Amino acid sequence: MKQEGQPETVPASPVRSHQSALAQRKRLRQIVIPYMFLLPFLILFVLFLVLPLAYAFWLSIFEERLVGGSTFVGAENYLRAFQDGLFWAGIRRMVTFGVFQIPLMLGLALVFALVLDSGLVWFRSVFRLGFFLPYAVPSVVAALIWGYLYGPTFGPFTQIAHYLSVPPPNFLSERWMLASIANIVTWTFAGYNMIILYAALQAIPSELRDAGAVDGARAWQIALYIKIPLITPALLLTCIFSIIGTLQLFTEPRILRALAPGVIVDSYTPNLFAWNLAFTNQQYNYSAAVSFVLGAVVVVGSYIFMLATNRGRISR
Amino acid sequence: MTSRGSKTTSAGRFWRTKALTTALLILFLFYSLLPIFYLVVSATKDNAALFSSFGLWFASSFHVFSNVHDLFTYDNGVYVNWLWNTAYYSTSSALGAAFVSTIAGYAFAKFRFPGRTLWFALILGSIMVPQTALVIPIYFLLSKIALIDTPLAVILPSLVSPFGVYLMRVYAEQSVPDDLLDAARVDGAGEFRIFWSVAFRVLVPGFVTVLLLSFVATWNNFFLPLVVISTPELYPLTIGLTSWNDLAGAGGGAHSLYPLVITGSLVAVVPIIFVFLFLQRYWQGGLTFGSLKD
Repeated sequence: MKQEGQPETVPASPVRSHQSALAQRKRLRQIVIPYMFLLPFLILFVLFLVLPLAYAFWLSIFEERLVGGSTFVGAENYLRAFQDGLFWAGIRRMVTFGVFQIPLMLGLALVFALVLDSGLVWFRSVFRLGFFLPYAVPSVVAALIWGYLYGPTFGPFTQIAHYLSVPPPNFLSERWMLASIANIVTWTFAGYNMIILYAALQAIPSELRDAGAVDGARAWQIALYIKIPLITPALLLTCIFSIIGTLQLFTEPRILRALAPGVIVDSYTPNLFAWNLAFTNQQYNYSAAVSFVLGAVVVVGSYIFMLATNRGRISR
Repeated sequence: MTSRGSKTTSAGRFWRTKALTTALLILFLFYSLLPIFYLVVSATKDNAALFSSFGLWFASSFHVFSNVHDLFTYDNGVYVNWLWNTAYYSTSSALGAAFVSTIAGYAFAKFRFPGRTLWFALILGSIMVPQTALVIPIYFLLSKIALIDTPLAVILPSLVSPFGVYLMRVYAEQSVPDDLLDAARVDGAGEFRIFWSVAFRVLVPGFVTVLLLSFVATWNNFFLPLVVISTPELYPLTIGLTSWNDLAGAGGGAHSLYPLVITGSLVAVVPIIFVFLFLQRYWQGGLTFGSLKD
């Protein structure tokens, strides 16, 4: 908060008014210069984030009518979204997805990060690179490849099942679809999250890890009682990003729809629902309201998560 | 004394644990690489072999060259357009986003000014905004100024990287010492000269990290181009491949598109993998400083 050094370096001037003018110019510079650095970003931020959001809000309080054109309807679209079973079914589906997929993915990421960090493994850099590689694969391509792997026509799992004369697994059926998508997301992001956690682990000061070793603690005890508490911020970060990403799931179901159009309905995920409303049904106004409610769910979800995880930490 | 006996058993336990964890990680490595292996294997097959041979091993015939040839010539070589478009959109977005995020992050880290906390909170909060809430209105706004279905429709929104600003702020706070800036100020250098000749040099690793992350984000982006681009010649790879896959899945005579989708996917992945391999130091370092801040 302090601007150290600077006012003092101004040489004492016999003319007071000159000095105060100088100070004023300095103050001005302290406001104008930072904003000049910020300006390019702020312009883009306003044009492509604030303005579209405001416009979406504007859209969401109107309705396109056959008679009378665009009509102000106030909260009507929002009331409709709140009562829309299709929308909430999508949210429920994503919550189910997240409850299973996020702990699984982050659990794997954490275990691998701890193992790599402990040095209890050979070929460390091979694993680090190999696990991270899927993140380099675009979600579209990941969904395409897994779609082919799952596929009932030339998928290898179906081929193996035929070879063994057992019923082929139906990964793309209604029952298994969510798990199949969860697998794609886990495949893509487990290594990415592992790298974030690994990086946080590597930043733990060596005095702290050595302290545990000197006391004769086992590797898993050091991990559980020293390392994991120290990387809590990184763990929370990965959790929040996973929650946000889950509620916004779009690419994977959109790609798999080509293989299972009957299972991935238009409202399968909230984002898919909003997109179909806008570009298939031309219900732009309602779509905007749905996006806003989804945004609210994301904010509330992240907030609840932060509150829940902060309760234990506030007492410190 | 007893220490010799316990030493050998603890050493034995150490090796056993190490072998066990390595085995566990090899298992997961296998899972991580399986789809990529499948992609490579499938890119060597023609349409018939794709359906008749075992998916996870090579067929007796080898068609990778004819597949690549077909890929680059099908539909007047539209895939070459997609490849070029993707490279063009990603490079411009990455350079722009990295530059804009670096100067903004530097300002947040090194100046105290009114509105600082508010703007930063707004920028961080915007990470939670769902894509649909942005992309659909962006579609209408760009339509109004006749930018829809142009390269700028993809590039301009991709320049906004709130996470990039966050990373650069943390990086600048950690890596640019205030003494260095104050020394330059005492020497009478202007703030912009100080940034260019003093701070930026120190910020280069962070800059490259944001460059890399933005490049990959745009290369892999699907939702934005899906909405704002409708001319096939302007598609990036993700949209182009999806359009082929949708056609192939629709049946009819389009089944023969599968080898193209597979070979096209492989060609789309290779540049990104190379970028990651060559810039390893940066993404590994970059993810570090993002997670350090409480």
